[in-house]
Amino acid sequence: MSTTVDITLGEVAASLALIALAIAVSRWRRAELEGDIAVAVARSFVQLFAIGYVIQAIFDVDSLLLVLALILVMVVFGALTARSRAAEVPGALVPLLISLALAGGLTLGLVVALGIFEPTPRYLVPVGGMVIGNAMTAAAVALNRLGDDIRDKAPQIEATLALGASSSEAAAPIVRSSLRSGMITLVDSTKTTGLIFFPGTMVGMLLAGAEPTDAVRLQLILLWVLLGSVAISSLVATGLAYRNFFTPAHQLREPPEP
Amino acid sequence: MPSEVPPILQPMLFDLEGVSVSRARREVLRGLDLSLPDGASCLVGPSGSGKSTVLRLLNRLADPDQGRVRYRGEDVRERDPRELRREVSLVPQLPALVPGTVAANVEFAAAFGALEADVPELLRLCGLDPGYADRDAERLSVGEQQRVMLARALALEPRVLLLDEPTSALDEAARDAVEATLNDLRGRLNLATVTVTHDPAQAGRLADWVVRVEAGRAVEQGAVGEVLA
Repeated sequence: MSTTVDITLGEVAASLALIALAIAVSRWRRAELEGDIAVAVARSFVQLFAIGYVIQAIFDVDSLLLVLALILVMVVFGALTARSRAAEVPGALVPLLISLALAGGLTLGLVVALGIFEPTPRYLVPVGGMVIGNAMTAAAVALNRLGDDIRDKAPQIEATLALGASSSEAAAPIVRSSLRSGMITLVDSTKTTGLIFFPGTMVGMLLAGAEPTDAVRLQLILLWVLLGSVAISSLVATGLAYRNFFTPAHQLREPPEP
Repeated sequence: MPSEVPPILQPMLFDLEGVSVSRARREVLRGLDLSLPDGASCLVGPSGSGKSTVLRLLNRLADPDQGRVRYRGEDVRERDPRELRREVSLVPQLPALVPGTVAANVEFAAAFGALEADVPELLRLCGLDPGYADRDAERLSVGEQQRVMLARALALEPRVLLLDEPTSALDEAARDAVEATLNDLRGRLNLATVTVTHDPAQAGRLADWVVRVEAGRAVEQGAVGEVLA
């Protein structure tokens, strides 16, 4: 995995031709996405370059404390981003912070403990970013579903509470389907990997000149690690967040006023 | 207002004292006082008067913002809400069954009371043929589903049954059949019932004791002959 590849800014700029195509499609079909595409291009340029320099600095300093700080920042931003997708869930931020921190911490801890990756910034920073990014998406999808289903199925939940069920018993089917929603996208994409799409890490390594079997081995590790992380984040986020819909007396709370 | 409880109906099943409830910045109950004796009671009032909210307070599906709710003399907040709900079982206005067969629904309910459900007998009590046990609950008519909801509640062997507009979604024939079932159940199982209805005539057919609820207050309560006269 020692291959390198030189990409010039000119080559990056040339790929803007495809952005021009996207904008042309949007204008032609009146999708009104031109502004969003421009913002997306500008943000991706600035954000990726900024994080590139930050990662370079962390690699240069070679400090695990800096890695930890970067991962904590990712957890906080990830939780804040996911909260906006889970607007129906009261007090979603704390469950999201805990779920992302646990997903990141347990996953990275395990891959280091099992000797899969060395505990160095070169491995922990990119893997941590992927783990927390995927955990964030899974937790956001799971809590979005949780919020919608608890409001939609309030009559069934109350009918179950009326039978003397606890709030965890009454919410169990919804928590289960929310957990499933959080995990299913990655499970499905893992099933079809190599057939319908090539995952990013593998593509990157192949473009950088790595042997295909090396690229496959690293990609498999990452896919399986990510499956573990989305399982943890979906489980913890749904398992904590559903409680905020109920009082300690096993009553369904009134929805918050708009 | 006739508030003296006939001695024959003592002791009081529920007492509500100065109960206020607000929802979405609207006062639903305003300092409501009422007493329900052991037996068959009805809360009668127009839509939006707060009578369904009263029902939810009786088994602590909700708590009042102010005031006190007593069940057999004891503040309901002193009771474990789950135990209280198994003893004081509520059948909601609209059926809300879990996916699966009728038998699975009845057994689902019984499990919360750690009880073994006699499904054929419960279905028979609720006016359904025991052959319904294996049918998909969600494919039944609303009236049949409402009977399954009733069977679910009875599977917990409650002492009190709270019924929220039990026939509002039914046609006249189905309504008469459900009313006959409810009257039959009371006699057979020695159940106390509290029924919410907008229809005073139904209160006359189902209850011994009637409370009129209007704009969040109990405006009249007493024996059925006095209130509905």
